[in-house]
Amino acid sequence: MRSDFLRLERLPDIWCPGCGNGVALRALLEAIEQLGLDPDKVVLVSGIGCSSRAPAYTAFDNVHTLHGRAIPVATGIKLANPKLTVIVITGDGDSSAIGGNHLIHAARRDVDITVVVFNNYNYGMTGGQASPLTPSSSITTTTPSGNLDRPFDLVNLAAGAGATYVARSGIYFTKHLVDHLKKAITHEGFSLVDTIVQCPTYYGRFNKRGDAAQMLVSQKDWLVLKSVAEKKTPEQLAGKVIIGEFVNIGRHGPAAASTMKEQA
Amino acid sequence: MAEKKTYKIAHNRKWCKNCGICVAVCSKHVYEMDSNDRQAIVNPQDCIGCQMCTEHCPDFALIVVEVRDE
Repeated sequence: MRSDFLRLERLPDIWCPGCGNGVALRALLEAIEQLGLDPDKVVLVSGIGCSSRAPAYTAFDNVHTLHGRAIPVATGIKLANPKLTVIVITGDGDSSAIGGNHLIHAARRDVDITVVVFNNYNYGMTGGQASPLTPSSSITTTTPSGNLDRPFDLVNLAAGAGATYVARSGIYFTKHLVDHLKKAITHEGFSLVDTIVQCPTYYGRFNKRGDAAQMLVSQKDWLVLKSVAEKKTPEQLAGKVIIGEFVNIGRHGPAAASTMKEQA
Repeated sequence: MAEKKTYKIAHNRKWCKNCGICVAVCSKHVYEMDSNDRQAIVNPQDCIGCQMCTEHCPDFALIVVEVRDE
């Protein structure tokens, strides 16, 4: 990763010791470097949350918007200048709860932006409350006896809403993550990468997942590659999360963003 | 037989938060937590340059480069 992609004077970052957001940010910068994108033509947009602090540490143009409203701002930037590569960095709560409506409608409109969800399964910045992606019976600040609700499956949510590229990866598998981020950024149309990161301070402590290092290394036990999962029975996959590429199709039709591109 | 490559580990103490991830991901036990729970580089000569620590360091604090004498 090129060190000039980072604002070195802003480091060290504010994240807790062992937070996975830094690893995910490095993977994104690595993907941008490997694609050889012009740094002046990349815009990072974020909402509010631990994950949304990430663009502030990068040297690219970035906008730190309202809670959940990163995708509308990114849509506007893309429509105003379709030559830009617009990447949204968002968290699980920011994208699926507060900005849930914007996420599904951006997918429906097939806006040519990339959404990278740093998914730590809770609201880290405000003290570890349950988010719509918190797994059932997980303990958080707002669900001290275990979460009663079912979580969203973000991959199927985005795919059902019409996203044309959807993938999931974990930060332990950095090469896998960088590969899928590269595919998502180059994909023409709405792309989403669900990136699983650890929150050792809240989710890890409440659910007895061990320290940051244990949470990171344990990803290789509970994340299963899609190609491996296809050969296993549902019983063997209980409690596991499948990673890989789930949707990769062409655009549904002449979408607004591509029409804009032809005019530009 | 090819000569064993050597690597230099640059560790930015100011950015490191001593989370212990590098200790857990290194397969050659190059790192250890010392008695004050601070990260320490104990076996730099064993480093094989796999970059696991660099890629998984959340604080951008580790860089591993190959040493070439030319």
